[in-house]
Amino acid sequence: MLQVNDLRCARGGVPVLERVSFALNPGEALILRGPNGVGKTTLLRTMAGLQPPLSGTVDYPEGSDAYASHADGIKSALTVTENLTFWAQIHDRSVPETAYAAFDLHDLRDRLAGTLSAGQKRRLGLARLAVIGRSVLFLDEPTVSLDNFSVRMFADWMRDAHLGQGGCAVIATHIDLGLDVPALDLTPYIAAADADGGADAAFL
Amino acid sequence: MIALLLRDLRLSVRAGGGFGLGLAFFLIVVVLVPFGVGPDRVILTPIAPGILWVAALLAALLSLDRIFALDFEDGSLPLLATAPIPLEGVALSKAVSHWITTGLPLTCVAPLLGFFLNMAPGAYVWLLASLALGAPALSMIGTFGAALTVGLRRGGLLLSLLVLPLYIPTLMFGAEAVRRGADGSGVTAPLMLVGVITLGCFALLPFATAAALRINLR
Repeated sequence: MLQVNDLRCARGGVPVLERVSFALNPGEALILRGPNGVGKTTLLRTMAGLQPPLSGTVDYPEGSDAYASHADGIKSALTVTENLTFWAQIHDRSVPETAYAAFDLHDLRDRLAGTLSAGQKRRLGLARLAVIGRSVLFLDEPTVSLDNFSVRMFADWMRDAHLGQGGCAVIATHIDLGLDVPALDLTPYIAAADADGGADAAFL
Repeated sequence: MIALLLRDLRLSVRAGGGFGLGLAFFLIVVVLVPFGVGPDRVILTPIAPGILWVAALLAALLSLDRIFALDFEDGSLPLLATAPIPLEGVALSKAVSHWITTGLPLTCVAPLLGFFLNMAPGAYVWLLASLALGAPALSMIGTFGAALTVGLRRGGLLLSLLVLPLYIPTLMFGAEAVRRGADGSGVTAPLMLVGVITLGCFALLPFATAAALRINLR
């Protein structure tokens, strides 16, 4: 479902990762690990098509990807329901009741998103993933500011509702999600310092 | 696209949305002019079309940097970029919502403000017509400028420097139409040119805006 071949990607014109290759079948997930600055976010953004790779290919069915970053894309002047409905409409879908249940948002439905705590906002941001119905997820630190209970809630949703339904996911995280999925340490893939392809090469 | 438009309109009327800010600015600038140049009708009447157009243009400029900056800050923009709606559609929707929240109200109140400047009686209808034709172009050009400067800290000033020169043709022909309307001479040529500029902007700039957004999202 997701096929990454010999991917090489750059941040700010400097190559950070190279030779990244892996493949995921429906129902599989991959955890990305590595120290800060190793290029987890860069890799996720490249795979999501927000920036072009220096070389290599990323293949998944057209229009099946979704990206979630540190920022949740939540409008604080809209209520929880309005936020979710907007993302559902953009994706030509309606908001399933299960999305509220899966992320414990039932009691918060009519609250303005601006009045939510950081953890509640994060749950709303994650609930977006349950609403838009995309099958290939690229998640960047999805559990930041979540308590242990909410992390388990997210892991349950990921296991049962997403992977269980044939979706797949690449998740960059530093904590143990309690998901039984393989992890990929990115440290061996750090691009060589003298590798060419930097932004200056054309000017030298 | 309709969903995005409705969300932006809803956001603009909620707390902190800035709806009416441009309108209030327009009102104040126009009211300030008679204080500045004196209440002499002989001076005010000929400069009224130009003042109204320049003030409308500055009022439209005021809210441009919010078009993409807010979506960039809260992370909505990359999410919209990976959504099924094309970025060209996002650009068009943003321009239309800016026009509805800024250009349209400006167009509606401009004739009223013509009174303050003792505008010639024949010019009112042409002021309305030229703003109705020209204000959408201001929003579309501004959306393009906002896409170029999205993600820059304090991009607002740079945005004004980029956008104001691009406003010149619309301003020239728009104000000329009103002036000619006041004289009673033919207004067709300048009005048509304003319309041509607006149509051209809407045909080309959504693509340029989407390209600028893609680069700035990298």
